[in-house]
Amino acid sequence: MATRRVTRTEQLQQTILYPVDWLEERSGLVGGLKYFLFRKVPGDINWFQTLGSATLTAFIVQALTGSILAMYYKPDPNSAYPSIQHITNDVWAGWLVRGMHRWGASVFIILMFMHMGRVFLFGAYKYPRELNWVIGVLLLAMGLAEGFTGYLLPWDQTAYWATVVGINLNGTAPFLGPFIAQFLQGGTYINADTLARFYAIHMLLIPGAIIALIGLHLYLVVRLGVTSPPWSREAAGTGSIIPSRNGGRRGLTRPRPRRSR
Amino acid sequence: MQPHSPVDPQDQPHVPGPSLWPVGFAVGVVVLLVGLIVSWWIAGLGALVALAFAFLWVRDLTVGTPLTHTPEVPPESPTGPALPATDGPAAMPLSLSDERFPRSKFLELSTLGLGGVIGGIVTAPALGFMIAPAFLKQGQKDHDLGPLSDFPEGRYVVATYMADAAQGEVSRRTAYVRFNGQQNGQPSFSVISNHCAHLGCPVQPNGPLDEQNKKQHGDVTLIPTISIAGFGCPCHGGQYDTEGNRTSGPPVRALDRYSFSIRNGRLFIGKPFSVSHVDGAGASAQIHKWKLSFPGEPVSGLESWLYPIQPPH
Repeated sequence: MATRRVTRTEQLQQTILYPVDWLEERSGLVGGLKYFLFRKVPGDINWFQTLGSATLTAFIVQALTGSILAMYYKPDPNSAYPSIQHITNDVWAGWLVRGMHRWGASVFIILMFMHMGRVFLFGAYKYPRELNWVIGVLLLAMGLAEGFTGYLLPWDQTAYWATVVGINLNGTAPFLGPFIAQFLQGGTYINADTLARFYAIHMLLIPGAIIALIGLHLYLVVRLGVTSPPWSREAAGTGSIIPSRNGGRRGLTRPRPRRSR
Repeated sequence: MQPHSPVDPQDQPHVPGPSLWPVGFAVGVVVLLVGLIVSWWIAGLGALVALAFAFLWVRDLTVGTPLTHTPEVPPESPTGPALPATDGPAAMPLSLSDERFPRSKFLELSTLGLGGVIGGIVTAPALGFMIAPAFLKQGQKDHDLGPLSDFPEGRYVVATYMADAAQGEVSRRTAYVRFNGQQNGQPSFSVISNHCAHLGCPVQPNGPLDEQNKKQHGDVTLIPTISIAGFGCPCHGGQYDTEGNRTSGPPVRALDRYSFSIRNGRLFIGKPFSVSHVDGAGASAQIHKWKLSFPGEPVSGLESWLYPIQPPH
């Protein structure tokens, strides 16, 4: 009886694992995902090191809610504000999704700054992670640009005049400022094209760049490994008890884990 | 005597020697195809060019002109006897890697180059489409604000109008218009823009409006003020006097103004321009006029050097 049950369990496992194995054999994606998720990290990392993942989650929430909002929003000066009203008051759960996108924007920005602060205070921007800091700063700039372009879209008085001020702030940058301002508003004054222009930048141009940069950011995180906290005994570059293959830089770069095959 | 060759002639890739004639042939074919669409004599010209170059190309291939330089000493035949230079088939290069500019390198560069050219051809119009419309055809058309009798002397009138009726309300602009009486037999007006010289918020008249005497014709609305002490900006508190000079707050210059013209007894608002400051008041005011600049940009003094070029407005 007992043996029969075991066989059944095994059979069940086989059945469940079959598609996974099928995928792994043909693409290596399962192994890749395992390598990404279950990679080795220093033993004494702490909760502050989850801020990066939290930021990524906030971005995914923004991308999803934004895509759904785009199904109801109309980027046209005459219908933008009515369409926002429609989303908030008429569409089922529209108030919720719009609220998630609106407040999630602030969460995303705040988390980016907190993540940046963690990286700074832990000294995680030092060799060999300088490039990842630079990419992170670009991501921060992109995130702020998302906030700026998204703020116009409700097309109410606050949105309109805040954007006028924002565009003219860009205009006060030396030398190229006037050209940046005129490019942003698509002419000498805010006009019918400005809203559509901001909408396209907000939901196509910058998100594309952000997704590409996040990919690069994560690639470097996986490649270079996670930093130990500054109080760690395994501090970067020192305290290696076992001489490692890459010249004692245990806290900095870890040797690639041995492939299973 | 057949000399010993390290490479079997059968194994040598049979590639034609380098020749420039195919380029001319291709150009001829392109002209021919364009000519089929455009006109028959261009097609004929293209056909002639293509035929001429095809003839030269085929002649090269058949006559067998030695197109490549033969290495003086075949590098991989140390055992064989030295060849007389007149011996035919061995005069071909023995291996491709001996070429000074190998084919693989050429293909590599041409792939990159062609990719770059194709990318540029696709990207340039798209980028231009994105950027150019913001800078082209920005001129403001003159706009009729109504008969001169709508503008009482010495009082500002809040005039709003649609700069471009096709765009609708988004193109609505506001100007503060004051009739200054006659100056040298000509009616004089002060036409002040409502764009704050700090960051572009709408300045408001500091005083009550005479809503009873509001006039409306077409897309133009005219509301006279009763008596105002100047203009103030609600965003960051910039204050201006009745001539648009900054009196306090963050603005860097006076309020912009519009040029105006009078046709058939009606006031037309014209092109905007920037003002550093105004001396005097009313009809005899001295307006220090500058090219239209974005808000927040000083037009005179040292700081104006930071904005040497203005985009076409």
